[in-house]
Amino acid sequence: MKTGAKILVEGLQREGVETIFGYPGGVVLPIYDELYDSSLRHILVRHEQAAAHAADGFARASGRVGVCLATSGPGACNLVTGIATAYMDSVPIVAITGQVPTSLLGNDAFQESDITGITLPITKHNYLVKRTEDLGRVLKEAFYIAGTGRKGPVLVDIPKDVSMRSIEYEHTASEPVTLRGYQPTLRGHAKQIDKALEMIFEAEQPVIYAGGGIIASDASEELVRLAEALAIPVTTTLMGLGTIPCDHPLNLGMLGMHGTRSANYAVTESDLLIAIGARFDDRVTGKLDSFASHARIIHIDIDPAEIGKNKKVDVPIVGDVRSVLQDMLAKLQKKKSYDRWLTRIRGWKEKHPLRYVSDNCLRPQYVIEELSSLLKGEGIIVSEVGQNQMWTAQYFCFRKPRTWITSGGLGTMGYGFPAAMGAHFACPDQVVFDIAGDGSFQMNIQELSTVASNKIPVKVAVLNNRFLGMVRQWQELFHNRRYSFTELPPVDFVKVANAYGVDGIKVESCDEVVPALKAAIETDGPFVLDFRVEREENVFPMVPAGAAINEMIGGKQE
Amino acid sequence: MKPHTLSVLVENKAGVLSRVTGLFSRRGYNIESLAVGICEEPGMSRITIVCIGDDAGIEQVMKQLNKLIDVIKVSDLTDNERVERELALIKVTAEPGTSRAEVMQLATIFRAQIIDVAAKTIILSITGDTEKIDAFEKLLRQYGVKELVRTGRIAMLRGSKVLKGGK
Repeated sequence: MKTGAKILVEGLQREGVETIFGYPGGVVLPIYDELYDSSLRHILVRHEQAAAHAADGFARASGRVGVCLATSGPGACNLVTGIATAYMDSVPIVAITGQVPTSLLGNDAFQESDITGITLPITKHNYLVKRTEDLGRVLKEAFYIAGTGRKGPVLVDIPKDVSMRSIEYEHTASEPVTLRGYQPTLRGHAKQIDKALEMIFEAEQPVIYAGGGIIASDASEELVRLAEALAIPVTTTLMGLGTIPCDHPLNLGMLGMHGTRSANYAVTESDLLIAIGARFDDRVTGKLDSFASHARIIHIDIDPAEIGKNKKVDVPIVGDVRSVLQDMLAKLQKKKSYDRWLTRIRGWKEKHPLRYVSDNCLRPQYVIEELSSLLKGEGIIVSEVGQNQMWTAQYFCFRKPRTWITSGGLGTMGYGFPAAMGAHFACPDQVVFDIAGDGSFQMNIQELSTVASNKIPVKVAVLNNRFLGMVRQWQELFHNRRYSFTELPPVDFVKVANAYGVDGIKVESCDEVVPALKAAIETDGPFVLDFRVEREENVFPMVPAGAAINEMIGGKQE
Repeated sequence: MKPHTLSVLVENKAGVLSRVTGLFSRRGYNIESLAVGICEEPGMSRITIVCIGDDAGIEQVMKQLNKLIDVIKVSDLTDNERVERELALIKVTAEPGTSRAEVMQLATIFRAQIIDVAAKTIILSITGDTEKIDAFEKLLRQYGVKELVRTGRIAMLRGSKVLKGGK
């Protein structure tokens, strides 16, 4: 005889789970009792949202499914932002929630909330398990759904009586999950691949637009091989950073709202856009009608619903990006030279590098550049959301996939710090930095307690400008500098960190930056760096909302 | 923009209907008509949805529906030869004397059935396509329609072609 809780914990271990992030409560008591002497590592967070983000950070860094656990009602509701974050960026997590006993379901019982109803639009799928007998199968399906096809979060809601009840249960040798309503297409259509290759050879000015789907399908190597085979320039989305090394000669950097001029000009002038694992998000396309308006479009994506959603596509290829790229590479026989195009692009790159004012002021870009050169492409960089995120995307040189972790789609402030904790458990040998703003850091700052008590060696670099910087930037540029509710009072983050038992250094001048970063890297435990940066620095270049992406402001040679 | 008739084969599980309808409202589409019931396959249900939208919008809705794990197959019947039916129950004032005779006469013409007779009212049952039921209801108005209940539309392809599972 086994309780539901035991079936759950054993099921998690069978899925290869070693670490889960959670917070206990009334209806998950049977599960926590089972965890008490289980070999599964449980990290107690200080807010359930952090558990969801940590599971997400773990998944992005490792490529495996992350797991979080919360109680019913408020516990489950606190996971919601984390689940939505994972959903928008197609991150595989399984969120387990307790629920009131089945006899009380729908009764407005204490700490009851309809979490399957609440998370319907932000999960790939969810389950309310009403019988202990179903638990083993549901858990298996949940991991399968989360980690295959277009990945995403799956929630499993378990009423207290379901986890308490004992049943005769023997795990049968693992047979593959079959769901008649879920059969993702993995192989690309051969004829479509042929058509795409033809189009590539017909083009004179092609650009590859590489997105996060390449990382999700572990296809970075194939991407670089395809780009190099034909010398096609590559621009990446925010989510695609790291798919091609930052200093690769074919890399144009990021495109879109805060992309490089060379990337945005190249896309605008291109006659063929090869979109790979990307979804034509509005932050990428700007004014849709002007986006790659002279180009034919090839779109490779595992999700058929992304094809033609925002932009009409000439050659759609539905399939796992890695498999499609392998097929393309295998069929690649001819050669083609786009020399004139590459010369133009080189011209843009030389004329319009990313730049900021280099003086004695402590500028955030400088901090990131120095960190980048200290780490030499090693380590995992997590960001919060806002200016800190964009500067990191622009100035940190990413060389490998899964070394850049950020909330792209939902843009969740407070994501970075807990996600960095998760990333540490995925890659315990790597140094993990959270690049934060003072606004974002304070959204999940309570996790200092988690990193302190578990000795999680996450380094937080706060670019402290006492503003909600990105909103302030928009107010400066578009609302006559009326800084409505964007100024924050000064906070001494070193003192805050110390209060939790975490070390930190305050940095106020440029020459203190490198020693401080080194001190953080050399410290075994967690560390907080409080960089008092230039307060009204802006992220440039920038495409104003609704403009075409080649109509950029700022960052131009004076 | 035109009405599309979608036939959606789903797992017969709790919560499936809210997954399907939630998707329509989330993506900004109104459901004009909805009918759900079991179908020939054990464990599955068929949902027939009539929804107004342009072709690209409907295509997006269908693709999103297909992504739902509990949705087995989605078909747009709009451009196919098909039969469509709705059922309506109409409680109409029909006092003994002239009006009752007239209502019964109309029922005969429309091939509606009288399924309940009371002192002052009768209940008529009519099946047919939307236009036929609309026309019948309009004619009955003058006698006094006390209550009207109408099902959503159901539809099926003509000929031997069938809509089976398998995405």
